[in-house]
Amino acid sequence: MTLLLDRSAPARPQGKPRRTLIDRRTLPYLLLMPALLGFLIFKAYPIAKSAWISLTTGSARTFVGLDNYARLMHDPVFWTALRNTALILVVQLPLMLSLALLLSLGLNSRLVKARAVWRLGVFVPSLTGLVAYGVMFSVILNRDGGLLNWLLSFFGIDRIDWLGSPVWARIGIVIALNWHYVGYYAVIYLAGLQGIPKELYEAAMVDGAGPVTRFRRITVPQLRPILLLTMVLCTIDTLQLFDEPYVLTNGGPDNATITVTMYLYENAFKYFDFGYASAIAYVLALLVIVLGLIQAKLAGERR
Amino acid sequence: MKRWALTFALAAAFGLCVGPFYWLAMAATHDDKDIFTWPPKFWPGDHLWDNLAGLEESIGLTKVALNSAVVASTQTIGGLVVSVLAGYAFAKFHFRGKNILFVLLLSSLVIPSQVRLIPLFEMMLDFGLLDSYAALVLPGLTVPFGIFLMRQAMSGLPDELLDAARVDGAGELRIIWRVVVPVMRPVIAALTIFLFLWSWNEFVWPLIALRSPEMHTLPVAMATLNGLSETDFGQVLLASALSTLPVMVLFLFFQRQFISGLLAGATKG
Repeated sequence: MTLLLDRSAPARPQGKPRRTLIDRRTLPYLLLMPALLGFLIFKAYPIAKSAWISLTTGSARTFVGLDNYARLMHDPVFWTALRNTALILVVQLPLMLSLALLLSLGLNSRLVKARAVWRLGVFVPSLTGLVAYGVMFSVILNRDGGLLNWLLSFFGIDRIDWLGSPVWARIGIVIALNWHYVGYYAVIYLAGLQGIPKELYEAAMVDGAGPVTRFRRITVPQLRPILLLTMVLCTIDTLQLFDEPYVLTNGGPDNATITVTMYLYENAFKYFDFGYASAIAYVLALLVIVLGLIQAKLAGERR
Repeated sequence: MKRWALTFALAAAFGLCVGPFYWLAMAATHDDKDIFTWPPKFWPGDHLWDNLAGLEESIGLTKVALNSAVVASTQTIGGLVVSVLAGYAFAKFHFRGKNILFVLLLSSLVIPSQVRLIPLFEMMLDFGLLDSYAALVLPGLTVPFGIFLMRQAMSGLPDELLDAARVDGAGELRIIWRVVVPVMRPVIAALTIFLFLWSWNEFVWPLIALRSPEMHTLPVAMATLNGLSETDFGQVLLASALSTLPVMVLFLFFQRQFISGLLAGATKG
């Protein structure tokens, strides 16, 4: 090391620092260049442009102000899509996150052996692509030959027409969603659980706190930042729900499972009403941001 | 008693998660009629080759899988390079506008990706890139999560290590390649799998950007197959099983890094 240092020392010119195209000042910008170019061209520009498109109509892009947004407010299909999305969110978010939390507690327990294998197994569903698992579930949820009805038959439950009735189709989608994502969130929680100092639990046990108290007084508060993160992630994902209903039910029966993003997609790429579709996108973006802020505020207040 | 109950509960969860994959693998070897008979098929059938040949004929399985492989690997490598360079800049340099740029990059996560579909489509139309690999790869090269992950990981890198290399006369690119990348191997491995997984499974954008069937990626081809009035479920399920196989194998090889990468992203968020 000293040898190398000695060799480079005389090479450094005295006085003014070397001026080249790439110096310490410009270097970080050069390193960021690819990321920023990609961001500006393929993210920032399209986001800005769709804001403009949402104020126009037709392929000629005639400016119509907020007409598209006004039309949305009186569009029954949009409200149906919004209601379906909200309904799935209200059921999905608490169900999936509590299942994931329960699962992570089990995976973290010292009572259980071969935890790595269990962890691997529950994580695997989240590796499947949405089309692959959508197709898979369209057969699993089939009324006559499906795996789920077969399983239920052992409990004496009659065959359910999962994808054919409005109520069951929604439940079917929630089941598919849970299968796909619970393990993913459980592993995130597991990371959080392993980050909690063990001394906290030991001290609580010395004080005679039972498992429920320890969970409420130590686990939940310590996990709060991660719980918030997963809440926001789950909200964003559920509000943008597209692939599952697209593959499983195509929005049916009777629009019972049409979501906001599906309706957006239909307007854009089936009716080629780009202005209207962009307005839907911005209403959705607004919803995501507002809900995210509310959740952040709630989590902050409880601290 | 308690241990017994907990193990049983976990085994049930495990079975619910993994069971469908076993069923999928078995169903993929049957023909349409057998798949929808009661009870479900739990043993291999004799239609694997028929289904394979059918897939080759209906969607051009080889070509479609090759498309997916080319697109996913290009996008993964490109995304890695972009993320490593940007992450290094954010973690190890002080410069004007650093925080604003970082927040700006991350804030795009809040805007639903659907917002960008239409302008992206028009942009590709203007560039004449629709129906090309470039249309699929280019928009996915800047990955905010990747930049975030690399910045988090590299901020723990000791400055002395980099300065030592600089004193030895190494240029920054050389430092990144010879010093930073080797030290960051586990995180880079994790990001590699994430990027590949996302690109491999990407559905909506390819569905919009691709026109001709011979350019289709696996998910798009599967979706068209599934949309036909006479869906051949033996074929579709085999395609599903085959499309899941590469990511499963990748995951089994790198699961340690994969989960640690997930954890790095989650806990430091």
